[in-house]
Amino acid sequence: MANLIELRNIKKIFKKDAEQELLVLDNVSFSLKEGEILAIVGRSGSGKSTLLRIIAGLSKPSAGQALYQNEPITKPVPGISLVFQDFALMPWLTVLQNVELGLEALGVPRKERRQRALKAIDTIGLDGFESAFPKELSGGMQQRVGIARALVVEPEVLLMDEPFSSLDVLTADHLRSDLLDLWSDEKKKNNGILLVSHSIEEAILLADRIVVFGSNPGHVQAIVKVEIPHPRDETSPEFRKLVDRIYTLMTTEEKIIGKGKKEIDLGYRLPDAPISQLIGLIELIAEEQETDQAVDLPKIADELMLDIDDLLSLTEVLDILHLAKEAEGDIKLTEAGLQFEKADILLRKKIFATHLLMYVPLVRHIYNILNASHNQRVSKKHILTDLEEYLSKDDAQRVLRIIIEWGRYAELFAYDDSSEELNLENPE
Amino acid sequence: MKLRIWHSYQIATWQPNLWDVVAVLLLFLAFAFLSWGATQMTAPYQMGEALAVNLSPSALPYYILRTILRMLIAMFFALFFTFTLATLAAKNKHARHVIIPIIDILQSVPVLGFLSITIVGFISLFPNSLLGPECAAIFAIFTCQAWNIFLGFYQSLRTVPPLFEETAHVFQLSPWQKFWRLEVPFALPSLIWNMMISMSTSWFFVVASEAITVNKEKILLPGIGSYIGVAIMHQDIAAIVYAIIAMIIVILLYDQLVFRPLVNWSEKFKSGENEEPQTQSWILRFLHRTRLLKLIGELFAILFDEFVNLSFFQRKKSRKTISLDIPPFILKFIVYLWYFVIITLSLLGFILLMHFIYQTTSLTEILHVFTLGFYTTLRIMAVVIVCSVIWVPIGIWVGLRPRTAHYVQAIAQLFSAFPMNLLFPLVVIWILKYKLNFEIWCAPLMILGPQWYMLFNIIAGTSTIPQNLRHAAKNFGVTGFLWFRRFIFPVVFPYFITGAITTVGGAWNATIVAEIVNWGTTSLKASGLGSYITQVTAQGSFAKVALGLGVMCLYVLFFDHLVWQPLYNLAAKRT
Repeated sequence: MANLIELRNIKKIFKKDAEQELLVLDNVSFSLKEGEILAIVGRSGSGKSTLLRIIAGLSKPSAGQALYQNEPITKPVPGISLVFQDFALMPWLTVLQNVELGLEALGVPRKERRQRALKAIDTIGLDGFESAFPKELSGGMQQRVGIARALVVEPEVLLMDEPFSSLDVLTADHLRSDLLDLWSDEKKKNNGILLVSHSIEEAILLADRIVVFGSNPGHVQAIVKVEIPHPRDETSPEFRKLVDRIYTLMTTEEKIIGKGKKEIDLGYRLPDAPISQLIGLIELIAEEQETDQAVDLPKIADELMLDIDDLLSLTEVLDILHLAKEAEGDIKLTEAGLQFEKADILLRKKIFATHLLMYVPLVRHIYNILNASHNQRVSKKHILTDLEEYLSKDDAQRVLRIIIEWGRYAELFAYDDSSEELNLENPE
Repeated sequence: MKLRIWHSYQIATWQPNLWDVVAVLLLFLAFAFLSWGATQMTAPYQMGEALAVNLSPSALPYYILRTILRMLIAMFFALFFTFTLATLAAKNKHARHVIIPIIDILQSVPVLGFLSITIVGFISLFPNSLLGPECAAIFAIFTCQAWNIFLGFYQSLRTVPPLFEETAHVFQLSPWQKFWRLEVPFALPSLIWNMMISMSTSWFFVVASEAITVNKEKILLPGIGSYIGVAIMHQDIAAIVYAIIAMIIVILLYDQLVFRPLVNWSEKFKSGENEEPQTQSWILRFLHRTRLLKLIGELFAILFDEFVNLSFFQRKKSRKTISLDIPPFILKFIVYLWYFVIITLSLLGFILLMHFIYQTTSLTEILHVFTLGFYTTLRIMAVVIVCSVIWVPIGIWVGLRPRTAHYVQAIAQLFSAFPMNLLFPLVVIWILKYKLNFEIWCAPLMILGPQWYMLFNIIAGTSTIPQNLRHAAKNFGVTGFLWFRRFIFPVVFPYFITGAITTVGGAWNATIVAEIVNWGTTSLKASGLGSYITQVTAQGSFAKVALGLGVMCLYVLFFDHLVWQPLYNLAAKRT
């Protein structure tokens, strides 16, 4: 079958300034075939969305090529349309006007535009909502408009950026199955869907093939074929087996690269992991973990209703802090993790502090600076400058925000927002 | 698949109802008045010819019509100016570097200053016609409307969420389509609000800009401003009272027929979710009820649709666009050339101005003007403090009572639109009667108009406190000074600063009319920058006008950047 989209050795480097570069995507090659649904899954920060933006023509690859109809994509083109994660509907346009937007850009005459838009609205099940404004609609309905808007221009390739992740579970389920129905009707046209997914189950439910992304920098780790016939049953053994396999792929990547044990440096791109969620996860694992048994990650994801990338962010941090160990789709608390779980609040803080100092170089770095400085203070700017040697501006800020939260919880250091200074003082 | 021809069934079954008749009559009347007023504007006129102003109350509607017409024309130009230049500034970095500072400074130049500078040019542009003075007056009104509309729109364009930008990009809207489908609608709530505020503030300056003095020659353009001017000249208290009553009626009508419907309508463009419309408008409800107007609305929608999709502005269909490949070094060269020209021009302008001022005035004069500026500053500071002491507690008291706040806000809004300089003669009579010191008593005149902004903001700030926070404070027994310091003050402070900035800005603008007032042949004068500018304008001495305006600009900018901006930043950080 012919390729709709072909990616050849795509590399994306974000340039911060003349000297510093940040490699986000490295050597990404795969293709989307005619009539195929392809899903991309991966940890947060593996550059999935960046890749989608490159295919949409919103961003240019630093090296390599993204081809559509054998021509490099340099800007948005009529044959490719995009469904946004946060819907991106114009609040001042009615449902009908929103759907018409892409047709207007194509210069379709008013009458035909209206007919096609109405038809798309009917197809997606929004009949009766034509004159409603987006804010009158629920999230699920809004995303239907987003899908109608993308479909009405009759694209050959439909890109979807985590289209169901802002919806509640029930709504997402419903919309997903509607999309599948719609798709099987359209399939004869040989169009393709490329979907970035936040959940492994969703990917398996929808896709013909799944591209598993590894992170730092983003790269294709594996491409998994889904050979379960539709309609797929989430509880069937073969489905569960595939879920486990993909979890395993996603959690063992470090070993494949050959790093063996996790050692992080100052510039490590710490994932988002709020304290309360970390603690909650530790408690949950402890509960599930009977004697010496490791706990299945899919089970935890299910129980917490967490997106895969959010969950993996948390487990990654527990792994770094040596509070738990993740391997092959399982997770298990370490001795320290168990001790932490049983401790009272003060002891917990102490354990957390020791582990932070031992395993997170950035925390050690800040702590040392604070102890060395004569007034035991350091400006946030100073630390940010250090961080920006390794990370993008936004990432540096995000990482520092997490570190400050952890530091505050562990009572290692305090932070004064009005002076923007970190210090060793305890608040009076 | 069902096929429908949109809305055509409505046309087929249309039968006029009573509301339609009323609406059509009203519309027809409005159009007839406006077009008649417009024909009057180009009447022949010779310099020095006296224009009679009729002081009978029956002449007032005509004068008000002329005044409104001027305001509408000025608004049209202000919008055009905003759509073009503000867009340019938002999209092009190099244009922005020049345009924004200029607007920032123009903003601080007292509006009436523009009148004195431009009138001569306009008169020579249209000799033997009233169009010259008309244009000058319209230009003056334009200058008091344009800047805040401009800056508001610019600000909106700069804050269009990237998500929307991307959507427009993915679906390949042309720049023209993007402007009308994304950028203007996004900016619309702020645009409408600023337009309405501009209309309100322009009443104040209309009164002052219709009676123009050029080279000691007084031109009275037919309008409510001239009416007041002549009434003052003739010491006709009755006429002044008529004008005040007429003004109140006009402002009430404006509020109900224009302001509220437009703001109400623009609220649907707000991007926030689940926001209930803040303003209610019976006229909008009424318009919704008329069938014909609904049809007219749809006709407009279709026309707007065609306008947005004009084929000239469509993105070309071919996949490969012919991109103008200008070599980067030429682009760079153009940019450098641009900055070179701008810097040279501004240096040249500066030197010329300095030279001119130095030639026609002296160093002592310059020092004198700075001293006058200091007096005016003192006055403004004093009245703003007094105004805060009065309005802050009242504002908080009102703000804590939602029902009262609702009414007080509406009334304060009306007051703020009312041109307080209409009341000046009454105050003057009172000052003359009790032989009060005008050096001191001119200060309250300055604050008469702008004080409402303070009240507005305090009420608005206090009303933002959620009910449950108030309950929490009560529950924990937070009262007295603690209640003020830990509860009310942190919430209201940012709003107080915003209010104070607006009030001070208004007060500076008002100095020109407040520091020198007339009643018949008596003229009360306080020493200050405002009275200086008014006097030298009457003398027609361009250099001194420029000097006075320049110094005022310096004072305003100085306080803006050294006092208000830091305070504002401090306040903004807290929230």
